[in-house]
Amino acid sequence: MSVDATGFGHSVEDAPPSVVRPWTRTRILGHVLVGVWIALGMGLAAFLILSWNPDLVSRYAPNYLSGLWVTIQLVVISVALGALLSAPVAWARTSKNPLIAAPAYAYVYFFRGTPLLAQTFLIYYGLGSFKPQLEAVGLWVFFREAWYCAILAFTLNTAAYQAEILRGAVASVPKGQWEGAASLGLHRWLTFRKIILPQAMIVALRPYGNEIILMIKGSAIVAIITVYDLMGETRRAFSRSFDFQTYIWAAIIYLVIVETLRIAVDRIEAIITRHLRR
Amino acid sequence: MAISKRNLLAVTAAVLALGIGSASAQTKLRIGTEGAYPPFNNLTSDGKLEGFDIDIAKALCDEMKVECEFITQDWDGIIPALIAGKFDAIIASMSITDERKQQVDFTNKYYNTPPAIAAPKDSDIKGVTKEDLAGKSIGVQGSTTHSNYAEATYTDSDVKLYPTADEYKLDIVNGRIDAVSDDVIVLTDWLNSPDGACCKLIGTITPVEAIHGPGAGIAIRKGETELAAKFNAAIDAIRANGKYKEINDKYFTFDAYGG
Repeated sequence: MSVDATGFGHSVEDAPPSVVRPWTRTRILGHVLVGVWIALGMGLAAFLILSWNPDLVSRYAPNYLSGLWVTIQLVVISVALGALLSAPVAWARTSKNPLIAAPAYAYVYFFRGTPLLAQTFLIYYGLGSFKPQLEAVGLWVFFREAWYCAILAFTLNTAAYQAEILRGAVASVPKGQWEGAASLGLHRWLTFRKIILPQAMIVALRPYGNEIILMIKGSAIVAIITVYDLMGETRRAFSRSFDFQTYIWAAIIYLVIVETLRIAVDRIEAIITRHLRR
Repeated sequence: MAISKRNLLAVTAAVLALGIGSASAQTKLRIGTEGAYPPFNNLTSDGKLEGFDIDIAKALCDEMKVECEFITQDWDGIIPALIAGKFDAIIASMSITDERKQQVDFTNKYYNTPPAIAAPKDSDIKGVTKEDLAGKSIGVQGSTTHSNYAEATYTDSDVKLYPTADEYKLDIVNGRIDAVSDDVIVLTDWLNSPDGACCKLIGTITPVEAIHGPGAGIAIRKGETELAAKFNAAIDAIRANGKYKEINDKYFTFDAYGG
């Protein structure tokens, strides 16, 4: 009897016979559906190649680039500021003092429970109607600009989600880790930074990735307050050309951004979980 | 690019799984409108459509002896919705332009009024030329002839595009923008209302045929010449029998049909 390379002593002959899967109705349906998707995908590719219009591309490409840049800036700035803001909110959410926990709870409740569109609209047009009061306290210079309003709305929204991600991730680390660190005489802050946070980040990474992806797609509403991002430019190009290609381009650009981000999250996960790899 | 357009329709229809309905099989004529453009077409607080476009549409339907049904649709998607068969005609103050004519057919105009500029009462804007508005921010509704004109003409100004007229009105009241541009009737109607108390009319813009077109017409799907002919006959009929004047006088102090 030959021993295989794994060294477990099983011979190749002992391997279980491969099961012949019958062609059930579900399996046929599955193959047909996948076939339809592939055909649609090829149709889309063929359409884009056949209808490639150099005039359209040269006319709107600069707009798309500037729109893309606006989208990227908006998401990067909001997500970064949101991350900063989410830390104290997450901390307040777990506080035992109701005077601290309740406002944090209300904040998260409101911003997760209402549409980003409504929040953006309220901050821009709603607060805009309090111009005299805002001028009196010197805040009008900020609220006058659609860009700042967009950043504020998006930051407040993503901070609420990020706070919950952070809180949940920290709570997911077993209490024994805190106790173990305490028994070694480690300071709480050091415990948090060196022991709890690295473990929490493994849990939080994927939700963070999802949140950024949602922000990228959610940012498409910003054109209602006159900030022309990728989606706004797409709509403008469409309203001039009436060519659906404009939307397909936008879809492809969004896909590329999201795919890039997905790969980045994969890489980060590989790095922070290297101790778990076998 | 006839081939690419056919592909485009096929692909979108497949991807979106949209059924493309045929208008001819129906007895009801479905009219698409925006519902956010007073006094031409807007929704009342209890959700009913009213305005000049709506009254004209009803008069035309009476004249053509067909039953009409109104469907409200956001401006940006109004032409694709017509092409996809969600309704059979657009009566929504749509200016007849060459760009739009590549996608849809138009009837003759049913009104033609000039665009204008409005600004806050204390504004120092003297006129409507590029120089008068240099360095100012101008609000217009996006995807309109007014936004096309503003972006082409006021290149020294900051042109801001809003999804509907409601938003630029909010923003000029809030003092974020220095001026707004739209149809003179839309602006006058707003300025005469309590909401428009902030502002005054600066002046009208002489329409540019290449941008503004010959006026507002009824958009229908390409090739439906029979429907276009019916609409045109009905427009002529209500012009002749005084129905148009009756509706016109309900809204305006001058003849909106134009020269």
